[in-house]
Amino acid sequence: MSWLSNFTRPMINTLFSRRETPENLWTKCESCGTMLFHRELSDALNTCPNCDHHMAITPRERFAALFDGGVFSEVKVPDPIADPLHFRDQKKYPDRMKEARKKTTEHEAMLVGEGDLGGLKIVAACQDFSFMGGSMGMFVGNAIIAAAERAVALHAPLILFSAAGGARMQEGILSLMQMPRTTVAVQMLKEAGLPYIVVLTHPTTGGVTASYAMLGDVQIAEPNALICFAGPRVIEQTIREKLPEGFQRSEYLLDHGMLDRVTHRKDLRDELATITRMMMKEPARSHGDLPAPVVEETPQDQAEAIIEEVKAEDAAVPSEDAPKA
Amino acid sequence: MQNYLDFEKGLAEIEGKAAELRALSADDAKMDIGDEASALDRKAATLLSDLYDDLSPWQKAQVARHPMRPHCKDYIEALFTEYMPLAGDRNFAEDLAVLGGLARFNDQPVVVIGHEKGSDTTSRISRNFGMARPEGYRKAVRLMDLADRFGLPVITLVDTPGAYPGKGAEERGQSEAIARSTEKCLTIGVPLVSVIIGEGGSGGAVAFATADRLAMLEHSIYSVISPEGCASILWKDAEKMREAAEALRLTAQDLHKLGVIDRIIEEPTGGAQRNRDDAIQRVGRAISAMLGELAGKDADTLRKNRRQKFIDMGKKGL
Repeated sequence: MSWLSNFTRPMINTLFSRRETPENLWTKCESCGTMLFHRELSDALNTCPNCDHHMAITPRERFAALFDGGVFSEVKVPDPIADPLHFRDQKKYPDRMKEARKKTTEHEAMLVGEGDLGGLKIVAACQDFSFMGGSMGMFVGNAIIAAAERAVALHAPLILFSAAGGARMQEGILSLMQMPRTTVAVQMLKEAGLPYIVVLTHPTTGGVTASYAMLGDVQIAEPNALICFAGPRVIEQTIREKLPEGFQRSEYLLDHGMLDRVTHRKDLRDELATITRMMMKEPARSHGDLPAPVVEETPQDQAEAIIEEVKAEDAAVPSEDAPKA
Repeated sequence: MQNYLDFEKGLAEIEGKAAELRALSADDAKMDIGDEASALDRKAATLLSDLYDDLSPWQKAQVARHPMRPHCKDYIEALFTEYMPLAGDRNFAEDLAVLGGLARFNDQPVVVIGHEKGSDTTSRISRNFGMARPEGYRKAVRLMDLADRFGLPVITLVDTPGAYPGKGAEERGQSEAIARSTEKCLTIGVPLVSVIIGEGGSGGAVAFATADRLAMLEHSIYSVISPEGCASILWKDAEKMREAAEALRLTAQDLHKLGVIDRIIEEPTGGAQRNRDDAIQRVGRAISAMLGELAGKDADTLRKNRRQKFIDMGKKGL
């Protein structure tokens, strides 16, 4: 694990993903139909400036918007054994994985990063709905455990962004076992007295909701996110009646006492910084420009510093040849 | 009256013929059918044991759901004494899909909790077919808490198609209730042993089965999703449940290989539904053995080992 792979690559990736010319410069808002220019959309963190509809955002974009200066380093997640059940439906599971990797250019459905938020060290984990529906398999379990372990090691809060259709069926019972596994991870944080904050994003359903996504010390959701255990279609089939307007959406859950807050994506960063600082008993953050992130010294910097030091020492040592006073 | 499953048709015919012969001979004392009837019986017995030695995953799912299989209530009545049911979640309601209370197991006071599917139309409806609502899981959390404070081991019996997918259940926080129940399983400092006696359906089962020791009856199932549900999502055809059951590896035998369960409890020939008392006694012996393995361990050790067990899970495939 070198500085290069830990720090530079995520930065470079973020820069690159932003610079790429989008194939489509215009996006139509799925909710109000407004045509949105790509720059306007990305400045608004993929929310519609017209109707506040929240569209999907990749974990890397989210981290770029979350951490101070968009700087974070990736926390390494151990890879689980691949295809433990030799699962095959209409396609083989390894083939589905390959497709998802190609489509998203990500390794798996969760990204874990560490960095500063409002000047406070935090660990964040973000689920990627575009990768096989963000499904919770062994990798996601490992990612949450790695995130919790890293948070405990740094004595830092963990912020988790959930987005998933549920468990990864292709890993069968082993995906189900991520419910207790991730619960153990949450307990690690509790026992270390560290805040665990969950941000539920669209959609968060099934076994994910029934484990780590509902066990936060503070539960925040983005507006109008679908959050449920059983999906609306399954319920309609079971009870054979029409469900009320807004059923299982963030605001409905807030009304029913299942969430602490519903927060617009553009306000999330400030809110999370305020909450984590209070929970960590840190003084209030001074508003205005945030301090630049502390950049670790590079080997190059270190070498230069040593040379400088040696030079200074040389200068301070009186030369043998100098005449004695 | 035996309820035959679709793959038991051949067996039903033979057993039917034997019964017919016996009925005929009862009418006519001169008829000597002894040899023929017992030949049919022998044939039926061989067929039955052949069938059950080699059940496919889908057939096991059908056996696991068999209406005549002993249910939670039957196990509690037969294996426990002084059962004192305790009701309610103290917030909203009493959920009859979850049974639980104080009882003695081999004279030792314990807390027993389980899903109950019901045994006739009336009780099936009142038990909601074993599909718990949030109140059921919150009652379980309350009972596990009680066990923890008084140092009583917890025994859970799992038999549910899954948590109930209903409007009220969602509004009252089905997912939170399940998450808290799983969390409570991982927090208590008393032994927690669990047996899957029929269907272990997804999150609704995990909420009770996150145990120090987990056993499964030989023909029970434990799965992330029902074979029908998986088939309709991945095959886009609910009729592909046979393929889905195969792919999901939901049998006790596969789960034991994967290290998800600790022991398999053999069922009487032809499944627990054919010899209920024997099946119940076998489960009782397994619970005894599992409690024995945990005896004398202090709270911290139990918690630590239980958590480690789940952290380590999934390191081996099939």
